[in-house]
Amino acid sequence: MTGLSNITLATLAKDLRLEWRSKDAINSMLFFSLLVVVIFSFVFNPTAEESRRIAGGLVWVAFLFAAVVALNQTWARELRNQVLDAYRISPAPANALFLAKALGNFIFVSVLELLMTPLFIVFYSLRAVGPAYQLPIVAVLGTWALVVNGTFFAAVSVRTRAREIMLPLLLFPISIPALTGMVEATSAILTGEYSARVWIALLVAYEVVFTIACLFLFETVLHAE
Amino acid sequence: MTFLYAAYAAVWIIHLVYVVNLVRRYTRLRKEIEEIGK
Amino acid sequence: MKRAFPILAIVTAALLSYGLYQALVAAPTDRMQGDVYRIIYYHVPSAWVAFLLFFLNFVASIQYLVRPKPVADRLANWVAIAIGVVLCVVPFVYRPLPGGMEPSALATTGLAITGIYFLIKKLFSELTVDALAVVTAEVGVVYCTIVLVTGPLWARPVWGIWWTWDMRLTSTLVLWLIYVSYLLLRKFSTGSQTPLLAAALAVFGALDVPLVYFSIWFFRTQHPQPVIGGGGSIDPRMLHVMLINLLAFLCFAGLVCWSRYRLEILQREVEETQALEALLDRRPR
Repeated sequence: MTGLSNITLATLAKDLRLEWRSKDAINSMLFFSLLVVVIFSFVFNPTAEESRRIAGGLVWVAFLFAAVVALNQTWARELRNQVLDAYRISPAPANALFLAKALGNFIFVSVLELLMTPLFIVFYSLRAVGPAYQLPIVAVLGTWALVVNGTFFAAVSVRTRAREIMLPLLLFPISIPALTGMVEATSAILTGEYSARVWIALLVAYEVVFTIACLFLFETVLHAE
Repeated sequence: MTFLYAAYAAVWIIHLVYVVNLVRRYTRLRKEIEEIGK
Repeated sequence: MKRAFPILAIVTAALLSYGLYQALVAAPTDRMQGDVYRIIYYHVPSAWVAFLLFFLNFVASIQYLVRPKPVADRLANWVAIAIGVVLCVVPFVYRPLPGGMEPSALATTGLAITGIYFLIKKLFSELTVDALAVVTAEVGVVYCTIVLVTGPLWARPVWGIWWTWDMRLTSTLVLWLIYVSYLLLRKFSTGSQTPLLAAALAVFGALDVPLVYFSIWFFRTQHPQPVIGGGGSIDPRMLHVMLINLLAFLCFAGLVCWSRYRLEILQREVEETQALEALLDRRPR
């Protein structure tokens, strides 16, 4: 077990260090996220009351697009230097690699979310009527739900011809229950009209199921040529 | 009432399109087999 | 075996014609909906056929993943048996069942699941089971498309709206989306491991289905939506017509799947031959 976490941490540290040094992925993603927020603000210009109802959906759609851009980037980098082949022949268990990638993506997307959220709050005059402490919980759960399947499907789509469009094509249908959960939970907290608890429970169930499924099947996917 | 006919027509059209697609793939495959045979 | 195809084709044509006649002419007109309700005689059987085909795809995908590994294979065998046993025993012990389900229906479903699992295992080898997966996914998408097209065509005249986030329509839409993405993955994937990746996707899709159901169900309790599709008991004459059309479409789906399967096997043989020729460096003249 310690072997797994050592390798995971080492790979994660490497990825983060690489990203910190080059900053190419994070810069493009940051600007993309900013653009998304601005465009949404132009297009949907609701009152404060209305915005609480729709902000959940808007915010998570924006995060979803930003996550897809991030996910495409991380595997693309691996391919460029044939790192993927190196991983395959190394004795490291595939799960360790998967966890490292997923955690790295999670950190990336969370950083993006942290930067986009204040902008959304400003543009939409958002204020949580319900229990605001639940919002970070929903954010963490929602992000992991997107990232865990996203990392898996990014690895799958790396072997397809239309690599970058394949990821959202595979990810979006499977993520529908999770997206419903995230959006509904966020709306519930913002409007304060109903409880977010069931949706949070759904998100947790979704993550347990799919994290286990990803860990089980990643080895097979990695060794597929 | 037009909806009823539209629905039934849609069902058969969709099935027809798929079967025609299958037939086309068959003929293309047969041609390929002939090419290999030569 | 070769003669069975034309015989089945004739039987299917007869059933389809009879079913059409029954649906349009012989079945009684609905008191509330008029004649438009007759769409259900094509809508509902198509849905059942689509779900059956997707279930077959799921079984084929699981088998493609586990059969090469003896431990996983045996585990899967036991799970299949366990499902049958549980569904045969539990409904008769735990009463009353939620949702008004019939115990015998659950028992039949359980036996069907186990039976189908082992039947597929017997009829298809480790390699051909993947061909089964492709075939059932494709034909399943065709039938699912029919459900999604006839649904709104029925909803509009009867309930005045084209679409609603109704339990059945929404879950069918999500299933359709998942399987279209499955077919796209198959189409765009390069390399020889396409079946493996597709099988993994099918498993993910299957795991997703209960979560989809729950999320839609809870969404509807929070945001009440118009209900499409009547509940309540069904006129026995209507049930009779429904079953005839179900049988007709099952046979038709069988025919189409069979043809598609033969095409798939032939295609694989051709590709193998071409690969061999390239390997032996024999240029076709």
